[in-house]
Amino acid sequence: MRGGEAVRLSRARRARAAAALLGVVILVLAAAFFRLQVLGGGSYELQSRNNRLRPIPIPAARGAVYDRHGELLAESIPGYSLSLLPAPPDSALATLERLAPYLSLESSAIEAILERRGRNPQLPVLVRDDLSFEQVAAVEERRPEFRLVVIETHPRRRYPPGSVVAHVIGYVGEISESELDSDQFVEYEAGRIVGKQGIERSYESELAGVAGTRYVEVNARGSIVREFPSDLARSAQPGSDLILTLDLALQQFADSIFPVGDRGAVVALDPRTGGVLLLSSFPSFDPNLFVGGISEPDWAAIRDDPGQPILNRAAAALYPAGSTWKLVLATLGMRENLVGIETYMPTSCRGALQFGNRAFRCWRPEGHGSLNLSEAIKESCNVFFYQLGLRIGLDPLLSGVNGLGFNQATGLDIPSEISSRFPESREWYDRTFGRRGWTESVVLNLSIGQGETEQTLIRMAQFYSSLAIGQSPVVPHLLQSEVLERVRESWTLGLPEARRAELVSALVRVVNEPGGTAYWHRPTEWTLAGKTGTAQNPHGEPHSWFVGFAPADDPRIVIAAIVENGHPDNRTSRAVPLASQIVSQYLRSEGVPPDHPIEEPAQPPPPGVTGVVGGIQ
Amino acid sequence: VKRDQARALNGLGDPVLFAGALLLAALGIGMIWSAGQVDLPSGVTGAWRRQLAWLCISILAFAAVTRVPLRWLEWATPWIYAFSIILLLAVLIVGSGPNTRSWLRVAGFSFQPAELAKLATILLLARLLGLRKEPQTRLFDLWKPVLAVVVPFLLVMAQPDLGSALIFVVILVCALFWAGIPLFTIFMLVSPGVSLILGFSAAVWGVWFVIVVLGLYLRRPFMAEAVAVALANLAAGALATPLWNRLAPYQQRRLLVFLDPDIDPRGAGWHLIQSKVAIGSGGVTGQGFGLGPQKRLAFLPEQHTDFIFSVVGEELGLIGVLVFLALLAWFLRRVLRIATGSTQGFGSLIVFCFFGVWFAHLVINVGMTVGLMPVTGLPLPFISYGGSFLLTTFVGLGLVCRTAYEN
Repeated sequence: MRGGEAVRLSRARRARAAAALLGVVILVLAAAFFRLQVLGGGSYELQSRNNRLRPIPIPAARGAVYDRHGELLAESIPGYSLSLLPAPPDSALATLERLAPYLSLESSAIEAILERRGRNPQLPVLVRDDLSFEQVAAVEERRPEFRLVVIETHPRRRYPPGSVVAHVIGYVGEISESELDSDQFVEYEAGRIVGKQGIERSYESELAGVAGTRYVEVNARGSIVREFPSDLARSAQPGSDLILTLDLALQQFADSIFPVGDRGAVVALDPRTGGVLLLSSFPSFDPNLFVGGISEPDWAAIRDDPGQPILNRAAAALYPAGSTWKLVLATLGMRENLVGIETYMPTSCRGALQFGNRAFRCWRPEGHGSLNLSEAIKESCNVFFYQLGLRIGLDPLLSGVNGLGFNQATGLDIPSEISSRFPESREWYDRTFGRRGWTESVVLNLSIGQGETEQTLIRMAQFYSSLAIGQSPVVPHLLQSEVLERVRESWTLGLPEARRAELVSALVRVVNEPGGTAYWHRPTEWTLAGKTGTAQNPHGEPHSWFVGFAPADDPRIVIAAIVENGHPDNRTSRAVPLASQIVSQYLRSEGVPPDHPIEEPAQPPPPGVTGVVGGIQ
Repeated sequence: VKRDQARALNGLGDPVLFAGALLLAALGIGMIWSAGQVDLPSGVTGAWRRQLAWLCISILAFAAVTRVPLRWLEWATPWIYAFSIILLLAVLIVGSGPNTRSWLRVAGFSFQPAELAKLATILLLARLLGLRKEPQTRLFDLWKPVLAVVVPFLLVMAQPDLGSALIFVVILVCALFWAGIPLFTIFMLVSPGVSLILGFSAAVWGVWFVIVVLGLYLRRPFMAEAVAVALANLAAGALATPLWNRLAPYQQRRLLVFLDPDIDPRGAGWHLIQSKVAIGSGGVTGQGFGLGPQKRLAFLPEQHTDFIFSVVGEELGLIGVLVFLALLAWFLRRVLRIATGSTQGFGSLIVFCFFGVWFAHLVINVGMTVGLMPVTGLPLPFISYGGSFLLTTFVGLGLVCRTAYEN
């Protein structure tokens, strides 16, 4: 029986031990709950919210863009977008595959969407933002199959004038990977629509507006359960509307008269304000195609077009300036008192100038004979300007030209604008050709706008606008803005007013005197002053240039036009009639009184005539 | 009539304990109802009704068990044990289940044979250890009870159901402890198991082995015992890695996730993270009964079974948690008193083993919801949804009450 007693005694002890263990364990558990629920409660409450609340961006409507007369260039219209909520990859893929027939999604598109989804799996991913009402209805009818799908009204960009304004307005598209990484788009998230080109890009921050956010409650599978009213929700603020200096009617007019099938560009500025009235590049493309993602065949058509419709030939293409350049030489020569408007050069034109052991040719093989500066401008004599260039000398020429901004971009508010090119110094030649790889004879080519210089159309237009008004030109701009109208270039022509007027009168002779290179296409009602150009280039026939302004005594419009390969030998320049008609159209629409009432109608050039009208330099 | 009522109540053994159990089960059904209040159509929504039906069956079973004299039960024990072992073998062949072969389906009615095996093992251990006036002190004398546990343990491990297998170890330790076996003997018996767990780290295992050897040297058991224990520890340490590799990947993940829930936040760690978020967001007063968003939106897994206590935490807050814990602790304390007060070895051992099993379930289940314990899938007695577990719990309660009655 002693053993039984022992068992019982030890049992009482062990019972106390078990009870104590029970007490301790319950206390430990209670402490663990206290730690989670009281000490850590706030952060878990937050985690619980993060678990189930999904922010859904509300896209803001982009601002509209109008021309100077209030004509609509770009607008936002209501459209439908379809996004997928965050979900495991396989269910996202399954949903996309079920959606494919209703949205006509190709498998490459599905892959692209999944890839975007993978970059930011916590956010909804945009599938399409250009759905038709029928497509939306088809998906909504099968709602139970598409629990992950969010359909929203989504402002959609539209460009009513289409291809006519493509190179001005640009287009929008979904933000790219590299854009997301850049500083400009710090506050943007994947899937946002941003301006890609043109005004859409340069005024992105004004046009974009502020996207709003709403919150939905989702379950563990990521399906939306309900809208969640949250203090953090914000409604979207639409972007600002913009008014441009552009004249849509003029833009459309240029589009209608530009030779079909030709490549080139036309730019017109108001010299008083720097406002761009016209900026057209041909061929063009329809920016509406890019909205909501361009389809593969459309993109292939644009990409493979040998005319490169995407290229903005007015601001992002470089051309030898040709004879339009001669006014730069004349300006430098007059400024240094090396030449006056009546000055003759020592060697008269016999069709070429001998320099060293090379003959530098004039465009007119039989020569111009003896010419003063005014006549040399009117008839575009190369021999005269070779000698002027030599008289100025290489170093003053380089520094003088650079002083006029000819190796920079103008600062036009189109992001794709590129810098013009002009050698900044002798060192440039040494670097490029080697110390013995070049001679002073480069100055001859530089004197007539050939050789190591290439200019943009907008840069030449700006130079002529300073010739037109005699002041530092305003930096060209598309946005109508009093602030921008005051941003002037730091340089002036440096010419006394009388000298400038003499150059203008020479430019008037180019267009308005028989024998002038643009005489055959002069406007009938207004005095156009300007200069033709024929830019030799390695791609075939010379490019045809014209840069000028009108009315000559009170310029309201500066125009620059180029038609690539538009000046076959012995044929009419194609740029001159273009410029002439656009100038007339503009001045007429602005109600500018004619300089001279119609007296003699411009006659078409007699066919087959060479010399006078053909081969204009 | 009054006397009849008193007799009927007396027949319950401990009416207060039974009432407490009914209260806990009722609260459990309430929580299961709440667990079914979700925003997605779910099978859980109707679970509370099924649990209520099971509760009725369980009460009938309880009533039946309280009518059975312990002496009869003691006689029937080997047969019950043999039958449960046969079922465990059967479940390995024809069983079904999501991850493990642990369910036996008979005529549209499914249950876990491991539940019966726990009961049978408790009975057999009570019979083997409870009849002795003097407790064994030698390790080798314990081969019978050890074998009685090792057989079902291995069969359950083979399913593989780690959580239930663990309970068999708990039963063994409880039975030996309550039978008065010297603590050092139990230590020697259990030490290879500890070696098995510590075997993953050579250094930690080394320290443990030194402790074991030191203990053997100081307490001077029989030489053969000492050598056997030392060898068993060595073998367990060496076998740890191969055995680990034999575990099902989901079991490995669960154990690893216990150490660091963030290693697999979308997989095995998900349970634990979401459970902690649910409990933490409950705060002091909770999100309101039936309203917990973690549960409603299906972030909380197994919200009516393994993680029912997370629902308590999310919806009823710390206050609710403390009420539940206090009730469970009170219940267990009362069961322990019955074990202590019983003069009958067989009954007392049964009661203490059930105390140990329920206590282990409580610690592991509640501990797992806050990350103190690995996610093992052990239900919370009376609260978690689960018919066969509720039934065995009430059968166990019947045995406890019968013991109290026979006293």
